[in-house]
Amino acid sequence: MRIALFATCIGDTLFPEACRATVEVLERLGHEVVFPEEQTCCGQMHMNSGYARDAAQLGQRFAEIFRPYEAVVSPSSSCVGTVREVLGMDNVFELSELLVRRLGVEDVGASFAGRVAYHPTCHSLRVTHVGDAPLRLLRNVRGLELVELPRANECCGFGGTFAIKNAETSSAMLADKLDAIESTGAGYCTAVDGSCLLQIGGGLSRRGSAVRPLHLAEILAST
Amino acid sequence: MTSFPEAARVELANVQQRTNLRNATDTIRAKRAKVVEELPDWEDLREAGRAIKADVLAHLDEYLLQFEAAVEAAGGFVHWARDAAEANAVVAGVARAHGVDEVVKVKSLTTDETRLNAALAEVGIHALETDFAELILQLDGDWSSHILVPAIHRNRAEIRDLFARTIAPGIVSDDPRDLAEASRVYLRERFLTARVGVSGANFGIAETGTVCVVESEGNGRMCTTLPPVLVTMLGIEKLLPRFADLEVFLQLLPRSATGERMNPYTSLWTGVAAGDGPQEFHVVLLDNGRTRVLRDEVGRQALHCIRCSACLNVCPVYSRVGGHAYGSVYPGPIGAILTPQLLGIENASSLPFASSLCGACYEVCPVKIDIPKVLLHLRAKAVEAKAPAAERALMRGVAWVFGRPWRLSAAQRLGRLGQRPLVRAGAIRRLPPPLSRWTRTRDLRPVAAESFRSWWRRERA
Repeated sequence: MRIALFATCIGDTLFPEACRATVEVLERLGHEVVFPEEQTCCGQMHMNSGYARDAAQLGQRFAEIFRPYEAVVSPSSSCVGTVREVLGMDNVFELSELLVRRLGVEDVGASFAGRVAYHPTCHSLRVTHVGDAPLRLLRNVRGLELVELPRANECCGFGGTFAIKNAETSSAMLADKLDAIESTGAGYCTAVDGSCLLQIGGGLSRRGSAVRPLHLAEILAST
Repeated sequence: MTSFPEAARVELANVQQRTNLRNATDTIRAKRAKVVEELPDWEDLREAGRAIKADVLAHLDEYLLQFEAAVEAAGGFVHWARDAAEANAVVAGVARAHGVDEVVKVKSLTTDETRLNAALAEVGIHALETDFAELILQLDGDWSSHILVPAIHRNRAEIRDLFARTIAPGIVSDDPRDLAEASRVYLRERFLTARVGVSGANFGIAETGTVCVVESEGNGRMCTTLPPVLVTMLGIEKLLPRFADLEVFLQLLPRSATGERMNPYTSLWTGVAAGDGPQEFHVVLLDNGRTRVLRDEVGRQALHCIRCSACLNVCPVYSRVGGHAYGSVYPGPIGAILTPQLLGIENASSLPFASSLCGACYEVCPVKIDIPKVLLHLRAKAVEAKAPAAERALMRGVAWVFGRPWRLSAAQRLGRLGQRPLVRAGAIRRLPPPLSRWTRTRDLRPVAAESFRSWWRRERA
């Protein structure tokens, strides 16, 4: 299948490894990945911050670029949720749901040695509805030990500009999430959203924690 | 109103309260999940609840007149109140007409919204709260922090100490049974001697004029049956078209609220009945901003709310900061969308931002209020009304950067240059305001040495 990659603004700028890993996984499975170079941002940050007009323009721009493709993939469930909900674009998929639901693949032939805690991000659960697709993929990674994350479904406190506007509340939420992650004895915390990993990773790094944040795509790409 | 971030900062520092809240919300959350899971038609019930409420709002004018006629036909009096002052004046007028200096009250958010107790106090009438938690707050000069469990921020040792100072000198036990008994001894005599009772209502039935109060302690049953005069204040959105609609809501409400299959006391009455219960019954129908909410096509779904508080109990923000930070009788996610609409966005502009948009509230709402959607709608209004100029400029600037890929690439290059003196061992530990709000508790991942875009161009294009 010919699949267009939507890297997202955060992915392009802060998590290029996750985008490269997305390309690698799909190519390994025999798909053709293209990168429409006109792309920038889907407008989610502006929409979630109350800048509706700017968001609408960016959304329009996104739709014009990606509507022609049969399938679009993105390593960010929250951006996928936004464009599906706001722009009604059913051709856009988060990586794990594309693999499991659309392509019917649960074993991508990856191996990864380590204990991994999976944080199900809020938008992946409640907006994009990826369900257990990421877990199915993780269970098939050779050498990977998946650990149970307590209170997994609770928000990490990112929430876009919420993390700045309500920094104290956001940090209180993060502290509980970090405690939960560290209690598992995992070496890695993975998720399907760079934005949440920015928050979790930032907290882990500040704590001097040994746990590393890692995007799901990067685990799936490793052999 | 103090802005939410400021108020939240104060509340977060209260460690005891955070522990109390966490324990209490965890308990209710688990109970709710258990009793909701056992209903195979839960999603159908939610949809039915939503549809009934949407119908009520679409035909509110007709249902209100139908309700008024039915109450009057059953021997009750109906009063229309445009705002809090008008509503409070009706209650004060009834109390004065009967020459009382005290009324007994059922826990009621609507009368909290109108600040009835303070209004009555001004004319020399004491409103005695008879709900256990409301009594605690009243005795301590505190105020509610949860829709259903108003004293959720207190634990039992704190309550024992308060009772020892006030209604039960010498009490040493903090066993819930002993605390309840102390309040029972204090309240029982007041129930029996009160001549005017005041209540809110969970539902008013348009078809029959019936009023329904749902509660757990039995104090409501006593307030609505023992005094010879009863005044009930309800928001105009609290109507249901038919008596049969209770079938849906009496399943949705207790399971969502307390995690019970059925609440202990459900009181229903229609007007007055000779020789049974109050012989004089008044209903106050309160607008107080509701018709303004009704005009907003996106925001009006907030009026579906049946005050179950399931959204509070699952909210990661509420369970950290508690109810007081919301500065309103309606805290939590529902408060964040209701208060700014009732008061006007310019008077509560920080509330729609008091959410990480995690969506847990929408998932549990028994009448399917799409709280995240309304939050976004209100955020846009708040930005229009009063976004700081600096923020506006910044966001416009970012939108401009996102307008063309070359601009984004240029911004990435600038970021890479700008961050150079700030990166230590692969992380940014300190940034100037406003980004310092991030780096106070978190490191920031630096802009990558090579963006994905340039990697793609180098490798693939």
